[in-house]
Amino acid sequence: MSGLDRLTLGQRGRVRVVSGTDAVSVRLLEMGVTPGVELKLVGKAPWGDPLEFELRGYRLSLRRSEAARVDIEPIE
Amino acid sequence: MGDSPGGAGRTVVLIGNPNTGKSTLFTALCGVRQRVGNYPGVTVEKKVGRFRVDGQAVDLVDLPGTYSLAPRSPDEAIAVDVLLGRQAGIRLPDVILCIVDASNLERNLYLVSQLLELERPLVIALNMTDVAEAAGVTIDAPRLSKRLGVPVVPLVAHRRTGIDQLRRTVERMLTSGPDDAASGPRPFPEAFYRELDELAEEFERRVGERPPRFLLERLLLDQGGYLEQGWQPAADPDIHRAVESSRRRLAEAGYPVPAVEAMSRYDWVGRVLEGVVRRSDESRSPWSDRLDRILTHRLLGTLIFAALMVAVFQAIFSGASWPADRIDEGIGWLQNQLTARMAEGPFTSLLADGVVAGVGAVLVFLPQIVILFVFLAILEDCGYMARAAFLMDRLMAAVGLNGKAFIPLLSSFACAVPGIMATRVIENRRDRLTTILVAPLMSCSARLPVYVLLTAAFIPPTRLMGSWFQLQGLVIASMYFLGILTAMVAAWCFRRWLFPGETPPLVMELPPYKWPSLRVVAVRVTERAGSFVKRAGTMILAVTVLVWAAASYPRSPAQIARIERAYETRIRAERAKQPPASAAGEDAAARRMIEELEHRRDAEIQATILRGSVLGRIGQAIEPVVRPLGWDWRIGCAVVASFPAREVVIGAMGVIYSLGEDQQEDSRSLQETLRTVTWEGTNRRVFSIPVALSLMVFFSLCAQCAATLAVMRRETNSWRWPVFAFTYMTSAAYLAALVTYHGARWWLG
Repeated sequence: MSGLDRLTLGQRGRVRVVSGTDAVSVRLLEMGVTPGVELKLVGKAPWGDPLEFELRGYRLSLRRSEAARVDIEPIE
Repeated sequence: MGDSPGGAGRTVVLIGNPNTGKSTLFTALCGVRQRVGNYPGVTVEKKVGRFRVDGQAVDLVDLPGTYSLAPRSPDEAIAVDVLLGRQAGIRLPDVILCIVDASNLERNLYLVSQLLELERPLVIALNMTDVAEAAGVTIDAPRLSKRLGVPVVPLVAHRRTGIDQLRRTVERMLTSGPDDAASGPRPFPEAFYRELDELAEEFERRVGERPPRFLLERLLLDQGGYLEQGWQPAADPDIHRAVESSRRRLAEAGYPVPAVEAMSRYDWVGRVLEGVVRRSDESRSPWSDRLDRILTHRLLGTLIFAALMVAVFQAIFSGASWPADRIDEGIGWLQNQLTARMAEGPFTSLLADGVVAGVGAVLVFLPQIVILFVFLAILEDCGYMARAAFLMDRLMAAVGLNGKAFIPLLSSFACAVPGIMATRVIENRRDRLTTILVAPLMSCSARLPVYVLLTAAFIPPTRLMGSWFQLQGLVIASMYFLGILTAMVAAWCFRRWLFPGETPPLVMELPPYKWPSLRVVAVRVTERAGSFVKRAGTMILAVTVLVWAAASYPRSPAQIARIERAYETRIRAERAKQPPASAAGEDAAARRMIEELEHRRDAEIQATILRGSVLGRIGQAIEPVVRPLGWDWRIGCAVVASFPAREVVIGAMGVIYSLGEDQQEDSRSLQETLRTVTWEGTNRRVFSIPVALSLMVFFSLCAQCAATLAVMRRETNSWRWPVFAFTYMTSAAYLAALVTYHGARWWLG
């Protein structure tokens, strides 16, 4: 179990928990980052932040700090 | 559903996620004509268009793009209020039109699931079916329609494919009502609905009525949301307690708020889409991916971004010079015609020196502005803007801003007014305020005329580095960079001292790239250029006339008469020297002398009028303040006069300097006039490179724009912020101009 920010480029992970009940968590959930969903890290911005993920057939960018709230299981 | 009151006038509401082509659809249905206003008490723009069904007018209300109907602020609550018919001034919508992105259906249906629960007539516009197909996604629209229980119309809005069918579907819904009053879906677990029922009963006991189911749902789901904070019935302590214990029970049952909503809805979406969407390939269109790898590449992407920005500015200055010159000539011709054909007097002077000069000086720069807007519209439409935010986020975060602030700030390069309005996409209030406060530091199109005029007049057109760069272009680009740099420093300071706290989040969609639609670009450019001209036409005209009046009155007829008398005696003496009807060669010199005297007389009169006028007095009063910047009191006057809008400084300088010039030669452009004006009573030129630079730097940082300050007040709902912005920006502008003037003088020797 580790944070979404720990994925390496091209690696996939499955969401376990999105922690917190604040606006950031709600927005993550609304955008489809829900428990069970698969994400793939597809890119990084200059300086390695923010990160670009692929999920549910679209692209979402998150900062490392936000991605860290999402607990995932890496998929080989 | 019955007719609206009076039978006439139906309302359709258009809603959808961002990046779904909502405004394209709006334009396709209603054309470019629209009424734009504000909802009372909030900062959301109210956009209403009109289209015809059966000869009857239908109002189309465009709601801001949203991913969800969970209001967290009064602004977000507007969408819910409009949809439920609770918004004053907008009837309960007869039909809700929801546009969804076919290539991204899963996430788009999240909003649809919320809309379905409103149990109102709903039509789904399935847009971008072409993009979906290109990405190997096929959608069984009839099947989707059956699953959802509402009409689904496939669409390619930017090519106008499917618009007619959509119109007919909406028409059918309006005239005959929905096929049957389908009840909304029940995506949540049963335990959730039991809590909802109990809550409804609690409301009945406490308030005497059951609120709409949708509001109850939101109250239960949105912890610390808008309803919990701002909805009157929810303030009841018993109801508050009931909500709290409902949430606790749900959490114990394994359905914690807020996660339960997203999980339930996405499960529902998954069931709906089963067998409806077929993907031939996992990934989306491969060229979009390949392009993205390059454009968001750390090094390459950043370089391309920087190159793109430089290219935009170079294009503005090389591409726009020809049309700008033609407009300039036209204005000069018009002024000549006016002064030649009309009787000399205050009215002619008002028309030629006030109205035509002022408006013309702004119109001249329309070509540059159109080119800039074309670039911005293309970048926006092809999906690059989100990448710019992605690339720039780390940079923005360094000064405590959000990558999303980049788009409002970039729009501020066109005009801070829409830019400040665009900060609405920033959810966090402190983040938004910071962005609003620094947005006017982005060099807007109104500064462009100032930069272009002064650069063209005083910076030599030298080419640098094997003619790759033009010095003039670089000077203008550096004005833009100065604004950006100052904004960064200011933002950092504001986040540090004015609004201390955590950096707010960035959760942003990166839409797939697509070819920009010519129609969309054309509509946006026309819209924005039109609004610039309107602003120029009304604001500038009013101010130029005011400036003309302030520069002409009050005047002392006695003093003018004294000057006339003094010159009259000298001219008469010259005439007396001429032998009557003598050799032609001899009196040519004398005649020149007389003309010279007459010219000097006129100039002296104009200078006297100006010095005694309201503007002149203000300018002289502040001369000690502006002198260290290298300005004479007339520049001071022009700067004071440009308070309502920066671009006015052009018209103001035109009036101020040309009033004291020979009116026979006014075909000369303002540029040339500025090159030749001298400090009063000396031969020393007013303008030099350091003075031009100091004036440009001042204008790049000052807050001389009444419209910006007014919008700032409206958006922040307080005079405090515009007053603060004006103060800090003017101080920064003054300091920077001071440093520039003295620095440039030292550098140039």
